[in-house]
Amino acid sequence: MRYLPLTQADRREMLGVIGAKSVDDLFRDVPERARRDGFVDLPRRQGELEVERALTKMAAKNISADSVPFFIGGGAYRHHVPSVVDHLIQRSEFLTSYTPYQPEITQGTLQYLFEFQTQVALLTGMDVANASMYDGSTACAEAVLMAHRVTKRKKAVLSGTLHPHYRAVVENLCEAGGDPVEALAPALPGKTEDIIARIADDTSCVVVQTPTYFGELIDLRAIADAAHAKGALLIAVVPEIVSLGLVTPPGEMGADIVVGEGQSIGNGLNFGGPYVGLFATRTKYVRQMPGRLCGQTVDAEGKRGFVLTLSTREQHIRREKATSNICTNSGLCALAFTIHLSLLGEDGFKRLARINHANAVKLGKALSGVAGVELLNDAFFNEFTIRLPKSATAVVDALADKGVLGGLPAGRLIPGNATLDNLLIVASTEINTDQDRADFVATLKEVL
Amino acid sequence: MSEIRFTDQHEWVRVEGDVATVGITDYAQEQLGDVVYVELPEVGKTIAQGDEAAVVESVKAASEVYAPVSGEVVEVNGDLEAAPGGVNEDAMGKGWFVKLKLSDKSELSKLMDEDAYKSFVEGLA
Amino acid sequence: MSGMNNQGRPTAAGEASSSSFETYTGNKGLRLEEPLIFELDNPGATGVDLDEPEGYEPKLGAFERKARIGLPGMSEPDVMRHYVRLSRKNYSIDAGLYPLGSCTMKHNPRLNEKMARLPGFADVHPLQPQKTVQGALELMDTLAHWLKELTGMPAVAMSPKAGAHGELCGMMAIRAALVARGEGDKRTRILVPESAHGTNPATAALLQYKVDAIPATADGRVDLAAFKAKLGPDVAAIMLTNPNTCGLFERDIIEIADAVHAAGAYFYCDGANFNAIVGRVRPGDLGVDAMHINLHKTFSTPHGGGGPGAGPVVLSEALAPFAPLPYVVHGADGFRLVETVGEAKADGSHPFGRMVAFHGQMGMFVRAMAYMMSHGSDGLRQVAEDAVLNANYVLASLKDYLSAPFEGPCMHEALFDDRFLKGTGVETLDFAKAMIDEGYHPMTMYFPLVVHGALLIEPTETESKHTLDQFIGTLKHLAQAAKGNDKSRFTGAPHFAPRHRLDETLAARNPVLRWQAETPKQAAE
Repeated sequence: MRYLPLTQADRREMLGVIGAKSVDDLFRDVPERARRDGFVDLPRRQGELEVERALTKMAAKNISADSVPFFIGGGAYRHHVPSVVDHLIQRSEFLTSYTPYQPEITQGTLQYLFEFQTQVALLTGMDVANASMYDGSTACAEAVLMAHRVTKRKKAVLSGTLHPHYRAVVENLCEAGGDPVEALAPALPGKTEDIIARIADDTSCVVVQTPTYFGELIDLRAIADAAHAKGALLIAVVPEIVSLGLVTPPGEMGADIVVGEGQSIGNGLNFGGPYVGLFATRTKYVRQMPGRLCGQTVDAEGKRGFVLTLSTREQHIRREKATSNICTNSGLCALAFTIHLSLLGEDGFKRLARINHANAVKLGKALSGVAGVELLNDAFFNEFTIRLPKSATAVVDALADKGVLGGLPAGRLIPGNATLDNLLIVASTEINTDQDRADFVATLKEVL
Repeated sequence: MSEIRFTDQHEWVRVEGDVATVGITDYAQEQLGDVVYVELPEVGKTIAQGDEAAVVESVKAASEVYAPVSGEVVEVNGDLEAAPGGVNEDAMGKGWFVKLKLSDKSELSKLMDEDAYKSFVEGLA
Repeated sequence: MSGMNNQGRPTAAGEASSSSFETYTGNKGLRLEEPLIFELDNPGATGVDLDEPEGYEPKLGAFERKARIGLPGMSEPDVMRHYVRLSRKNYSIDAGLYPLGSCTMKHNPRLNEKMARLPGFADVHPLQPQKTVQGALELMDTLAHWLKELTGMPAVAMSPKAGAHGELCGMMAIRAALVARGEGDKRTRILVPESAHGTNPATAALLQYKVDAIPATADGRVDLAAFKAKLGPDVAAIMLTNPNTCGLFERDIIEIADAVHAAGAYFYCDGANFNAIVGRVRPGDLGVDAMHINLHKTFSTPHGGGGPGAGPVVLSEALAPFAPLPYVVHGADGFRLVETVGEAKADGSHPFGRMVAFHGQMGMFVRAMAYMMSHGSDGLRQVAEDAVLNANYVLASLKDYLSAPFEGPCMHEALFDDRFLKGTGVETLDFAKAMIDEGYHPMTMYFPLVVHGALLIEPTETESKHTLDQFIGTLKHLAQAAKGNDKSRFTGAPHFAPRHRLDETLAARNPVLRWQAETPKQAAE
């Protein structure tokens, strides 16, 4: 087997040093009835060529986003990732390194995490950010638990336009701890439900997404003020981080915790993972934050260096009193994020955001010109919702048959709500060309 | 004259009148290493004997400080929040954590005196 | 002789120099200092070429961001050089043995990387119509099949994002099963051995369970009598790592499982150390109800400097109906992703909820699949055998030089304690740091907690005998140096790394967690 260096001669010699007759001897602590002779009922080893052939065949059964006009968002966005990013993250020293527990020989990882934390804090308009979470949805759920620790209250209020899967992840984690969650009904784009009325004296936090599940931009200021007046925290959720190149960041609108999905920068769609969760907050709450943190310090010679710090919050020290059970972060995806954002820089990032917005505006205009189609948003970034004259699921299916991946039926993630049946959530990023838009519009006319 | 008592969790308590000052022992600070953070309770909170009164953190460990006696928190050592190293420098003096208004003086009798604690620590080595 | 050329460079080695001096740049040859990107800001420079969009009217409402964000400007070559230079400050498995116990740092085949980047896997959206992602669902289903076969378990939840997340998922399934039979409130205690990973008690606590520690015996295993005494009608589950964190197989595991089941509780197995037994022992045959599998350990998806991982959880018949959304089923018209409670109920399932927004770590699934297919059932069995052989070889070769707290044979990792350092003034930390000077990443230190000054070595199966012999030779040499009063070599270590020991106290007392324009540059001082 090509990955296993020991030869039969090595194995014999090593068994001799150990003083064992056979490798079976080494497994003697395994209860006899659990020892398996022979191989598990699975195929035998294969060479690179065979594996590559089989998996390539499997991959070819999918319609990849690069092969068709593509307009799906809903918490994962297709952007162009510069080639430098993938080259750099595949460098051995990044790809095959462990968590930087030995800072003397992992300054590379630690320094990019410090850069990442700074970038995330700047984008969100917050004081500090951690070294990343699994993804946006788990970051959101962890933010709710953190708010519970800060406020010593138990009840979260979730906006009805929070991504339905984020809502489900929050509910799942809160339910585990016996903490109540009040989730509002989904409000149509353009209308924001009156979440302020739900903030009470026992509210720990209000969770509001912007842009919303339907793509609408939300003014957080009044919600922040109302939350703070009751001693609750505002958690802002940003599913499309590129929006922060053009849209007022939650940190400037009074958010106490900002979580987001960082996949858009540096990371591919990957059928849902791995992604990179962003988590930022105010300095005063930093010790209640979950996840890894990298901090600046000096070495024995006084030179600047970086270490993982405030680890006493974490499970390997705090055990059952930890702020979270999280053990890993999303290191390599955070690196991809950091490299891509470094390439973009201030000017490139803002321009990228403007291109996204421009493409979405143009698409919205073109689609609302189709008979029976109505654009529902007042203010949006690169994603919006349209009302179709028939079931969005049927339309998306018909579009797919004609080679257009034309958005997300709003009801797919919120089943059983008839008011959403005809709503289609459409995203457009810098990848879309004029031709893509024309194809989408023409095909939509065909299937309606 | 104040009297000082010790717990087997390495807290000390010094009583003057009906106010008990609580800290961790010199042995405890040595075991913890450099203290980097101290979390103190709110003034006015009532704490029962044996309940968590504060948290003390070094780089490698976080430990709860338990109340050696029951009482209401009347003062906390805010200096430690800015300069937690005070616990290492003077654990038995300036590095105190909280002052409690004693609710039951008889609880003190269950604690060790200085000599008993000294031999208790020697027994740990 | 004609045409003799006496010009040109000298070709002898020259004099060796031991003098040390400060260089102008702070660099030392190939050891390079590197500023932060924010200190490299070249305003106006960019690493992308994007055209300003035209012909649209903004629809942002009142939400336009006007102020400067503060991101630095850099060209592509500047970005490339910055991150290449950073990378060179890192140790990696590609460059050398990475003997971190409990972490399974094995070779990461590049075929896996290539396969994960096929557009059919990497460039598909999680919410595409299902008929357009049949290959992706097939991959998830195939991987699930391999995991079930290898563990002897009937079901697997694929969505958890990492080991600890898988643990949470498994424990949530256990809780859901207890609630379903009306014992949710009654069973409030979780038994966790002292030697457990920190994630185990942290997970139990997240679910509001009381954690009750089980002591270890003198031979490094669960104390069976103490364990049985702790069992009772209020116990929800035991969380047990097997092979355990001392690198030992729990000999009484079947008896433990039987006792747990007899008491009406469930058996959660921490599968972090599955590498030691893959293809030779099936957790399903041991009575396990739930076990997470760290794809980044056993199935070699790269650690990436601390993630992303992936933590699918295999489940017993009793727990399978409670698996979280989403999951893949195989129907008449191909693969189907069950995404909603309604669909699941129609299938007769009772999912406890949802762990994550989408379907799990697809990128890691592809890598793990390529790894498994490459090995096959025969190669995977060999993985376990060679991993165990390598660890025992290290244990046998070093037990007279270091000190081993437990008798062998060990499984995939060899545990030592600090008795051999007694009286030397050298501590476990110093000893580990001295390994850096010898060109090795240290082993896991001070874990597990059940032995004093633990040194836990996991060589993995992808190290050759030659590499192990060099490593063993190094540790023998260091052990002798420590005993031979060469203390400063250890307490000052590492001497030859990009950084000397870092001041963690300063970092924690005075947290500096981001760069700020006004922060004075400490490095320049």
